Amino acid sequence: MRAGAFRAEAPVAPILSVRGLTKRYGGRVGCEDVGFDLYPGEVMGIVGESGSGKSTLLNCLAGHLRPDAGEVLFDLGKDGMRDTLALSEPERRRLARTDWAFVHQNPRDGLRMTVSAGGNVGERLMAVGARNYGAIRASALDWLGRVEIAADRIDDRPAAFSGGMQQRLQIARNLVTGPRLVFMDEPTGGLDVSVQARLLDLLRGLVRDMGLSAVIVTHDLAVVRLLAHRLMVMKGGRVVETGLTDQVLDDPQHGYTQLLVSSVLQV
Amino acid sequence: MTQAEIRGEAPGADYTFAYLDEQTKRMIRRALLKALAVPGYQVPFASREMPMPYGWGTGGVQVSAAVLTPEDTLKVIDQGADDTTNAVSIRKFFQKTAGIAVTEHTGEATVIQTRHRIPEAPLTEGQILVYQVPIPEPLRFLEPRETETRRMHALEEYGLMHVKLYEDIARHGEIATAYAYPVKIEGRYVMDPSPIPKFDNPKLRMAAIQLFGAGREQRIYALPPYTEVVSLDFEDHPFVPGKAEGACALCGSETSYLDEVIVDDRGGRMFVCSDTDYCAGRRAAGYRGEMAAEEGGA
Amino acid sequence: MAGGAAMGIWAKKKDQAMIELSGVAKSFTLYNQGGAAIPVMAGAALSVAPGECVALTGASGAGKSTLMRMIHGNYLAASGRIVVGGLDVAAAEPREILALRRHVLGYVSQFLRVVPRVPTLDVVAEPLLAVGVPVEAARDRAAALLARLNIPRPLWDLSPTTFSGGEQQRVNIARGFAHDYPALLLDEPTASLDPGNREVVLELIEAAKARGAAILGIFHDAGARARVCDREVDVSAFAVAP
Repeated sequence: MRAGAFRAEAPVAPILSVRGLTKRYGGRVGCEDVGFDLYPGEVMGIVGESGSGKSTLLNCLAGHLRPDAGEVLFDLGKDGMRDTLALSEPERRRLARTDWAFVHQNPRDGLRMTVSAGGNVGERLMAVGARNYGAIRASALDWLGRVEIAADRIDDRPAAFSGGMQQRLQIARNLVTGPRLVFMDEPTGGLDVSVQARLLDLLRGLVRDMGLSAVIVTHDLAVVRLLAHRLMVMKGGRVVETGLTDQVLDDPQHGYTQLLVSSVLQV
Repeated sequence: MTQAEIRGEAPGADYTFAYLDEQTKRMIRRALLKALAVPGYQVPFASREMPMPYGWGTGGVQVSAAVLTPEDTLKVIDQGADDTTNAVSIRKFFQKTAGIAVTEHTGEATVIQTRHRIPEAPLTEGQILVYQVPIPEPLRFLEPRETETRRMHALEEYGLMHVKLYEDIARHGEIATAYAYPVKIEGRYVMDPSPIPKFDNPKLRMAAIQLFGAGREQRIYALPPYTEVVSLDFEDHPFVPGKAEGACALCGSETSYLDEVIVDDRGGRMFVCSDTDYCAGRRAAGYRGEMAAEEGGA
Repeated sequence: MAGGAAMGIWAKKKDQAMIELSGVAKSFTLYNQGGAAIPVMAGAALSVAPGECVALTGASGAGKSTLMRMIHGNYLAASGRIVVGGLDVAAAEPREILALRRHVLGYVSQFLRVVPRVPTLDVVAEPLLAVGVPVEAARDRAAALLARLNIPRPLWDLSPTTFSGGEQQRVNIARGFAHDYPALLLDEPTASLDPGNREVVLELIEAAKARGAAILGIFHDAGARARVCDREVDVSAFAVAP
């Protein structure tokens, strides 16, 4: 039985296929000729120093920035692989609140600070047509539980939450509609180390249980070691190395990756 | 005395009919036609400076000016009353600038300008109801960016509107929004019906033409006769048009929208119809509330 | 039992190799030291059949750990074939290697690397959850292993990151033996263990052999090696003189 599961895992189609993605800011390169395939259930980390183009790439993938060239093909199920850059705005926005999710580094960018925790989680449900208050609230409670926020905080506004709680709330708000692909921009940035650990454990569990695919941008190699299945190392807007996460970190093949790995402080 | 009277001319002769110049009225009429063609859609228009401050009904006055003809009979109400300062001023304004007939009787009026109420008596085909609107954008308090709210309307992304209602229930146990209660027009645009009590929402589907003017915000929107208007709600928290429990102290009506009036310094109070014409009409027909005898005796 | 079922698919006959290396080479390029490629291994070849335990031997620095890491996909082979359960690790996609690690190839390293603050019981149960075993069953199996390896019950709900070296090593072994992998890599499994726990680990290895697992290990403990290993492969033969 397990053997069958292993066999079934190997020959599946990618959920996201990126080809020749290029974004320039005037004469300066944001990212250039980036391509990769992401498979269902796969978490890919994009690492590199500030200015390496990793955030530009993420924003191009998520549709926040318009690339100058390239394709971002996403598996839309019955419609097959579609270039999300060629979707109409309503289609793209619908995708962004159903099959896709985006977790911002700063929870304030991803939350409605004047709306209660329950309302924040419920918004995506209501946006796709949920009209039963009791059901929406039950979903919100379920999700607050999953991200370890006490049920009695459901009517509090996120402004009253700690940074770690805000980030967990942002994750619940994003995952409540059961997206298939999550983009994360430094999801643990700006959090205490102990809070980071809890968030990482939470994300690992959610990724495993929901079979999520994810693209995570971070400069924190410890985060990708624990979360990402594979890595893409960027420098100067270009991909310099890709591979299995522990292989890239433990046996880096490119000079820049070696420098990056050897620059991490050991504790 | 007005300058016209000094010169021995008819009242209002100094003014173009209904104050606004003809080009402006044409511009507003074009906006009105577009608004009627796309019910619930907010049409931008070049709102003019009017001889009254914003918040006093400059949007409604401009719309009224654009639709009035010399044969019209105008009624103006403020919170249902014909006799408040705002209503009296606007009525006088059009008497002076348009020289038209005015009335306090809903049935006699061809154009009714209103602030915060829909008359109790059902309106009929051929009548026009003009609303004064302070903030036309129902999404404004949830999403401050105009670029974003326009996009949300364009793409019918109205989840946020329900977030507001969700917040109401979460905080108060019920949808606490009592006025300016959001509605969906013909299954398409979400619209702010202006700050009318939600009691009036079911009346928004009516025989008369409804025009909404927001002067400061420079927006016009409209509902043609018999347009479908649905108040937003949840399956398990359905829309309820609420009103104060009780009957009008003057006419005894138990079905009209009531205002609460404090009558002395000891906390004494009474409820009276907010629609003064409706109340007077009932009393003329012989209906009496519990304090009506007192009033009659005074 | 599940291991037996799995074996049926990955290795049809007892004499077919579960792990098979041929012509494997490895070099390191240190870019911050001139960028010259330093070859460390060439022509490495070995095979391990189901139910067999093979020991890697050779002096310290001969490349035992490097070879183990290449088989695990942790190090990238410069050339050659590393076939485990039918998959050439040296040429496989990351997701293929991860699936192999989940279902087929277990690895008990000398270092425990876990998410901080995750309870020990969950650390050990994780490999089972990853292959779809229900939470309760996974925890039961994890508890049984921890008990057998004499990890005191009060520690099960704590993160192993604060444990002593010996305790961490036993948590690592419990995790490595939680799922019945058809192939196992063991890097000094009995190091820093007291005689009682050493005996438990050797029993676990024997049980894994008996159910048909192919095991490749590094054992500095000569007694342990003699007891569980069927053959030895000296990696010094593959070393490239610097």
